[in-house]
Amino acid sequence: MTQLSMTVNGQPVSHDIEDNMLLVTYLRETLALTGTHIGCDTSQCGACVIHINGVSAKSCTVLAVQAEGKDVTTIEGIASGDRLHPMQQAFHDQHGLQCGYCTPGMVMSAIELVQANPALSEQDIREGLEGNICRCTGYHNIVKAVQTGAQAMRKA
Amino acid sequence: MYATQYHKAISLDDARSQLAAADDAKLLAGGMTLIPTLKQRLAQTDLLIDLADTGLTLIEDTGSHLKIGAMCRHYDVETSTLVATMIPMLGSLAGGIGDRQVRNYGTLGGSIANNDPSACYPAALMALGANIHTSERDIAAEDFFVGMFETDLDEQEIVTAVSFPKPDKAAYVKFPNPASRYAMVGVCVAVMDGDVRVAITGAGQDGVFRHNDMEAALSEQFSAMAIETVAIDEEMLLSDIHAGADYRAHLVREMTRRAITACQP
Repeated sequence: MTQLSMTVNGQPVSHDIEDNMLLVTYLRETLALTGTHIGCDTSQCGACVIHINGVSAKSCTVLAVQAEGKDVTTIEGIASGDRLHPMQQAFHDQHGLQCGYCTPGMVMSAIELVQANPALSEQDIREGLEGNICRCTGYHNIVKAVQTGAQAMRKA
Repeated sequence: MYATQYHKAISLDDARSQLAAADDAKLLAGGMTLIPTLKQRLAQTDLLIDLADTGLTLIEDTGSHLKIGAMCRHYDVETSTLVATMIPMLGSLAGGIGDRQVRNYGTLGGSIANNDPSACYPAALMALGANIHTSERDIAAEDFFVGMFETDLDEQEIVTAVSFPKPDKAAYVKFPNPASRYAMVGVCVAVMDGDVRVAITGAGQDGVFRHNDMEAALSEQFSAMAIETVAIDEEMLLSDIHAGADYRAHLVREMTRRAITACQP
């Protein structure tokens, strides 16, 4: 057992946890933040993407203890009150989802992509989302959503 | 995952003493291979020693070499202007590993210490004749990569950095497995002081290797034509569900052709 403290979506949290607990398990089961999904559980699908100190990570492939002292952001932490994050709004407006299972990870990956390169091209988006798999294969609208979201983020 | 203890080392010395004191410890670099392996219970350890806070993240021009710290993430190498200026091939190799999230965590040191037979970095280290610095000594790439998932590292040894000599020109081209992005075959061609070196990953049963016959042919004439008739021994190549040895042999020649064409200073 280790006493773990970090900031999640702006709130300080602290728990005694087993050293082998995955970050995604900590988020979902200890903190009940179930917006971060577990898809493949083998670091491939990207449904579990969150940000650690602003850097995207597959939370099924990070131990919770590795995030000690870090600033973690999940899909629950990006809206401002009732106002969706521009990238969330863009996924809604462009219907960038079918079943929605991959969406939290897609949105978190997309936000980092735009932050790193605000003027990204369609090709940059497709390559940048390589680590996020949509089993409905709805990539076309996802790419449109990221383009729209990027535009909105540039204005915001 | 089996139960394990976790220790975040605060320095290289701390990591060394933890490693020396433990019966059964593993070093955690980026964790992009180790954690999935632990999750599947293919590996087990009493103690994980996290190297994240040990520094080892410097990228520097030593005059003769480009020296990259073992804990540099693939993303750091991909986006480093110094790497792009000195050895652009390394930046594009790093940018082709896994996906964005893997590159955000995976490290140079972790990749080479694991020596996955399909990893990209070993091909570059072999082709450039890089030097691996550890907590104990320096090891030439040729001696470092021993076999599949096997290196010359001792149990107590920690990779600290890799020094790459600057090639006259070089290129790395891979045929990625469409699902995993690992190299089904990856070829690094480098011209070092006029010598041509060809290192191949993803194909060999013993991991990364140099192809002496192609090197000889290319030293005579540096063109894609020169390797048309060079024999590629299928006996020593991997055969698995992704590709048979015959297909890998085909890919070795094709990726080498592409690397020759793509070679740049």
